[in-house]
Amino acid sequence: MILPHSPSDPISRRRFLKSSAALGGGLVIGFVLPSGNKLAAAQNAPSVSPNAFLRIARDGAVTVQVKHLEFGQGVMTSLPMLVAEELDCDWSKVRAELAPAAPQFVHTMFGMQMTGGSSSVVNSWLQLRNVGATARAMLITAAADGWKVKPADCLTKDGYVLGPNGRRESYGNLSDAANALAVPLKVALKDAKDFKIIGKPTKRIDAPAKVDGSALFGIDVTAKMLPNLHTALVLRPPIFGARVKKLNAEKVKNIAGVSHVVQISNGVAVVAKTFWAAKLARDALVVEWNLEAGATTTTSELKTRYQMLAKQAGVVAKMGNTEALKTAAKTVTGEYTVPFLAHAAMEPLNCTVVVKTDRAEIWVGSQFQTGDQAAAAKFLGFKPEQVTLNTMLAGGGFGRRANPVSDYILEAVEIAREAKVPVKTVWTREDDMRGGYYRPMYVHRVTAGVDAAGKIVGWDHTTVGQSIMAGTPFEAMMVENGIDPTSVEGIVDSRYDIPNMHATLHTTQSGVPGLWWRSVGHTHTAFVMETMMDDLARAAGRDAVAFRQEHLSKHPRIAKVLATAAEKADWGKPLPKGVARGIAVHESFGSVCAQVAEVSIENGKVRVRRVVAAIDCGLAVNPLTIVAQVESAITYGLSAALYGEVTLKEGVVQQSNFHDYPVLLISAMPKVEVHIIPGGIVPTGVGEPGTPPIAPAVSNALMALTGKRLTELPFKV
Amino acid sequence: MIRFSVNGERIETTVAADTPLLWFLRDNLQLTGTKYGCGMALCGACTVHIDNQPMRSCSTPLSALAGKRITTIESIGSSAIGKKVQAAWIALDVVQCGYCQSGQIMSATALLTKTKIPNDEQIDEAMAGNICRCGTYNRVRAAIKLAAGGTASPAKNPPAKLKT
Repeated sequence: MILPHSPSDPISRRRFLKSSAALGGGLVIGFVLPSGNKLAAAQNAPSVSPNAFLRIARDGAVTVQVKHLEFGQGVMTSLPMLVAEELDCDWSKVRAELAPAAPQFVHTMFGMQMTGGSSSVVNSWLQLRNVGATARAMLITAAADGWKVKPADCLTKDGYVLGPNGRRESYGNLSDAANALAVPLKVALKDAKDFKIIGKPTKRIDAPAKVDGSALFGIDVTAKMLPNLHTALVLRPPIFGARVKKLNAEKVKNIAGVSHVVQISNGVAVVAKTFWAAKLARDALVVEWNLEAGATTTTSELKTRYQMLAKQAGVVAKMGNTEALKTAAKTVTGEYTVPFLAHAAMEPLNCTVVVKTDRAEIWVGSQFQTGDQAAAAKFLGFKPEQVTLNTMLAGGGFGRRANPVSDYILEAVEIAREAKVPVKTVWTREDDMRGGYYRPMYVHRVTAGVDAAGKIVGWDHTTVGQSIMAGTPFEAMMVENGIDPTSVEGIVDSRYDIPNMHATLHTTQSGVPGLWWRSVGHTHTAFVMETMMDDLARAAGRDAVAFRQEHLSKHPRIAKVLATAAEKADWGKPLPKGVARGIAVHESFGSVCAQVAEVSIENGKVRVRRVVAAIDCGLAVNPLTIVAQVESAITYGLSAALYGEVTLKEGVVQQSNFHDYPVLLISAMPKVEVHIIPGGIVPTGVGEPGTPPIAPAVSNALMALTGKRLTELPFKV
Repeated sequence: MIRFSVNGERIETTVAADTPLLWFLRDNLQLTGTKYGCGMALCGACTVHIDNQPMRSCSTPLSALAGKRITTIESIGSSAIGKKVQAAWIALDVVQCGYCQSGQIMSATALLTKTKIPNDEQIDEAMAGNICRCGTYNRVRAAIKLAAGGTASPAKNPPAKLKT
């Protein structure tokens, strides 16, 4: 995902750092907002700790507020590592908390508090190191003042300031004095060679609470935390866009535990004391729908329409000379189809809301805190600061919890407002699966050619599919000249030496709500680009790795990642009969990932036995979570490539649960090896770049194994 | 009135007998460590032990529980095997989002209670009903072997290249 950058770089934000009085003492480092902002004034209040990045308590506990959502990617560990490195504190004293929605916590590049674009560490890199360094400087000054020595004569180590003549004081004991000091305008950051925490494999801070059931996800808000909490389930329209015509709630009102039946914008909500009562009642509702406004999409027809469109040029996304293909010694044409995909995170969508006359409070695992807070405020006629949005852990998300139209948040807000009780909406698995906001269906058609020397001479590429940005607040910023960049990312910015690339786009309407899904446009463009590269290599009579290397003359970084994956996977060496390798490499979110898949066919099914991955994600902050994220991204992409497909018939989603939308199980999990390329200077994206290469790597292995090119996902052999 | 025990506590309840154990645990006892994932015994997130057998609580009504002993993730650490499993999970940094992990740990503990040193096929069989969308499967496998006293090495100071 590419989003516009705001000019305020993290370094210039340094001067906005400030300390504030802490409730219960200690040092608190937060950010001052530009003057005139009401929250800035609020920071002069006795305690700002919920909005501060860092608190050092008198007992030495270091608490870092994590401004991004933790949904598996490890930010509750990697972001505190950035602070702790510069602070020079004892890592065992570091705690992490998920920050609520607040202007202080906006993404330093995107200008809103959000988690996406594999950018949590990237955008926090200087900001959070600066927070740690500032606190350290103040602790040193506090100690030096007390000892009547120069700050320059003091050092720090493991949570202590060390002074001349063996003087030593803990951060906890210095925290009150430090908090009374002026915040330094400029502090120096460490040289990478002095890093002790950054780059060291560091175990997850959130792991202990996740192995004993004590970790609280959004769905775990209970009446114990929020008295009189009710659960709401919603009967949503059978097809997208339909509306309630007539509701018969008679049968339902007498079900024990049911307190309200509320007609809302997108269906009918049943509010009850427990999930089970709400579910029984919801399932018993009799609703007549007005289907006229709904979409009657049938995916098989949509595919035919897209395939027709793919044969005609669309709006030009990248201009090239298509005549060049006439000089090719050999050409290859491929037509590709990828389906709608559900995110299918383990934790079904949910959102807890309390609405009062002059304020509201929300508990949710949101990837879009600023947008969701603003949307809720607008809906209720409040200002954003009248809506408190508490960030809960999320059981996955993969993009579904970053919805520019805040669908699942506003639905909960509407129900809570109407029912006038605290409400937690819970989506059943079926609701979640059929709820839309899928990775859209796309069709691609490509003709490319090589000359007699095996060099690409031209590439004519047409993409057909709906825009993810259209209809969202991002459309105005992102969509230019009819091109949604997320529809063609990975094609028009391909790093291969491709003269005369001509890329066009047909932006369609499908009637099915679409959304980003782990790695966004790269989910389908990498599949097309990397299988085409394989077919072109074959046409040129070249090895798949050598051919790619020959077209990466300006991109040694990508060439190195590719070479590393190939070497570690024993590329070119013999395999047992019935097993073949395929390779793919793709750049996304500033990082490069290459994968070699070893594949066989067992009982008529594709079996991926082993995946060797290499990733260059710049400076590796936490190698342990980077390896885990690449494993994760491969699993997620492989699950989709082998099984993932949402189909619709006359507007009705045909899948409902894990029996008809299967996902990868432990029994089908390949062995995975991850190799991190060392030597980067700044971090680049980690959460998503591992997803794009797996589908083409498997398709390429199947081609090597069977001689048949599979250009449609999920694979059907 | 149905009587059973949860984590050693005696329970007597008049909650509707068709209520799945999962929602009784979560909504009535506020034991939220047991997770809802699918409601159809397809994903394993709701796995608990009923008389030491791993069961999907989303599909087990209270009516089936008379006289049974139920153990959830909140107290699995009080058994020696459960404690070892949790320790192995931490040692290998298994969790990611963590939502499925209660169920993974309950299934793994049940497996190791029955089979001291399971092989890969036995792990597949016992764990294939526990879906993880984050892709922690290889670490789950390694952690089971570690808890069994096998050969998986802890991730304490792994090399940059970590085989899983």
